[in-house]
Amino acid sequence: MNLMMLLEMAASGTPDRVAVQNGADTLTYDELFQAAGRAASEVQASGCERFAMLDVSSLALPVGLFGSAWAGVPFAPLNYRLTGEEIEGLASQIAPAYLVTEDARVEALSQLPRTQVVSREAFLARAGTADAADPSWPMDPDDIAVLLFTSGTTGAPKAAVLRHKHLVSYILGSVEFGSASEEDAALVSVPPYHVAGIAALASSVYSGRRIVQLSNFEAEAWVELARSERVTHAFVVPTMLTRIIDVLDGSGDAKLPHLRALSYGGGKMPQQVIEKAMRLFPETDFTNAYGLTETSSTIAILNPEDHRSAASSEDPAVRRRLTSVGRPLPSLEVEIRDDAGHALAPGERGEIHVRGEQVSGEYLGRGTTVDGDGWFPTRDAGSIDDDGYLFLEGRADDVIVRGGENLSPGEIEDVLLEHTAVADSAVVGIPDEQWGEGVAAVVVLRAGRSASVEELQDWVRGRLRSSRTPQRIEFCDELPYNETGKLLRRQIRAQLASGEPG
Amino acid sequence: MGQLKAGVRLRSAACATEVMVVASPDGAVDLQCGGVPMLDAKAEASAGGSPSPQAAEGSILGKRYVSESGDLELLCIKPGDGSLAIGETLLKTKDAKALPSSD
Repeated sequence: MNLMMLLEMAASGTPDRVAVQNGADTLTYDELFQAAGRAASEVQASGCERFAMLDVSSLALPVGLFGSAWAGVPFAPLNYRLTGEEIEGLASQIAPAYLVTEDARVEALSQLPRTQVVSREAFLARAGTADAADPSWPMDPDDIAVLLFTSGTTGAPKAAVLRHKHLVSYILGSVEFGSASEEDAALVSVPPYHVAGIAALASSVYSGRRIVQLSNFEAEAWVELARSERVTHAFVVPTMLTRIIDVLDGSGDAKLPHLRALSYGGGKMPQQVIEKAMRLFPETDFTNAYGLTETSSTIAILNPEDHRSAASSEDPAVRRRLTSVGRPLPSLEVEIRDDAGHALAPGERGEIHVRGEQVSGEYLGRGTTVDGDGWFPTRDAGSIDDDGYLFLEGRADDVIVRGGENLSPGEIEDVLLEHTAVADSAVVGIPDEQWGEGVAAVVVLRAGRSASVEELQDWVRGRLRSSRTPQRIEFCDELPYNETGKLLRRQIRAQLASGEPG
Repeated sequence: MGQLKAGVRLRSAACATEVMVVASPDGAVDLQCGGVPMLDAKAEASAGGSPSPQAAEGSILGKRYVSESGDLELLCIKPGDGSLAIGETLLKTKDAKALPSSD
């Protein structure tokens, strides 16, 4: 079992179809297969034990991913937004490594110990001309395919270990081989170091879909590419969709006529944003995909039919599903458990646990967090309703414990967002002498709108139990998100503690 | 073929078919393609056989093949002229689960 097998199949099924495209550069499935083989020879000749990539998406990404699999070394995409010192820290965890990066960084990175640095251009040139590789790759399902450093919104970054068996199981369980038609094209705008970027590559290859890369997400460029390349499928994180809608809403022409399927995930999608998107693109199928790095991407989906029935329902319980992440994939099991590890009944809130062949739950050098029965504790809090729909309620670590009562920040944020003057909000726990922890909110107001602290407190008090009313509300211009749309609560807590408004 | 292990790659001794084992039962399995036992993909190629007429319906790239009981599942990674079977019982193709694209 090896990721390369997916590319081998696509290259034999549709050799002449374009596999990946970046600007004017393209590789067909057969060309990608050949390039992966030559890249594998390069890496093997270097003697390096890992293949790292510190770069935006380019043709070097699929060549590097599949070339690594062919060579039998783990592929480790690194976050190019980190500081030099942070990058040094990650590099030391994966050395000796063969590192592909942009030309401008080659000199500086060459100082890294036990790291062989090659520019993207030089790497692609060698993958285009070097000797062909031994046409066989390891088939051990337990070999490491990918090392992904988690975003580190809490604590130091650690590398999640995804083995070939995890990624291949995910693809076989969720994608039908060769199901894409000649016209299908997937626009991939998430960075290579995000699990969704890796999953998008593997799924597109197995389905035989053309991948259109957008190296740096920018809403105008995304819309333009979606139109000019007749993009049929795309994945976005919530902040991307918000910006895309802003761009389209302000223009005379809001149509994306070819976009058949838009999936989203990687963070909480505000209900107003998805409702607006559904109104703007009534013909498009929306899918909410919930997953984690440690689970090889998606573990639950709210499918297009769920979206439509929820949006058109008068029943509040059905309508609420638009804020859920849908139901677990058929190839997986999901359970909600209390702190003592006991499974909870529908509607009860606890920590989400997941079990299945795509689930890794292992970190490099730290072992596995999966229990003896195969269950992985996600550290995400949530509940499942009577019909099996999974609702997320933030990270288990973000829960506010006020006087023994567990409060979910997401629930309070949702209520604040329903206020017409509120554009964005974040709720966190703050130290409180009487209750242990108290509720604080940081609110971004809409342009030209105003609301007082008392007004917003009354608003929440009128809709939720009084324990959930924020005792402190601060206003700010923008909340801190990382580049893939994750709210940085740790930063908000620190800012509140230091007395600054969020 | 004996005991099969998930993730292992096998090839036909009678045609171009190659498969990967997705799931397998405990114990020995008489896995055949084209009427003759399948080989490990790395095994030395034998002199080009051809499928027996009773097992020549062919295999299809990307299809899953399952046994009657469902405990053996294969993925066809190279198509060929032979039929996949346990002993003389042909394996069936498994219908795909339709899932929306999530990435």
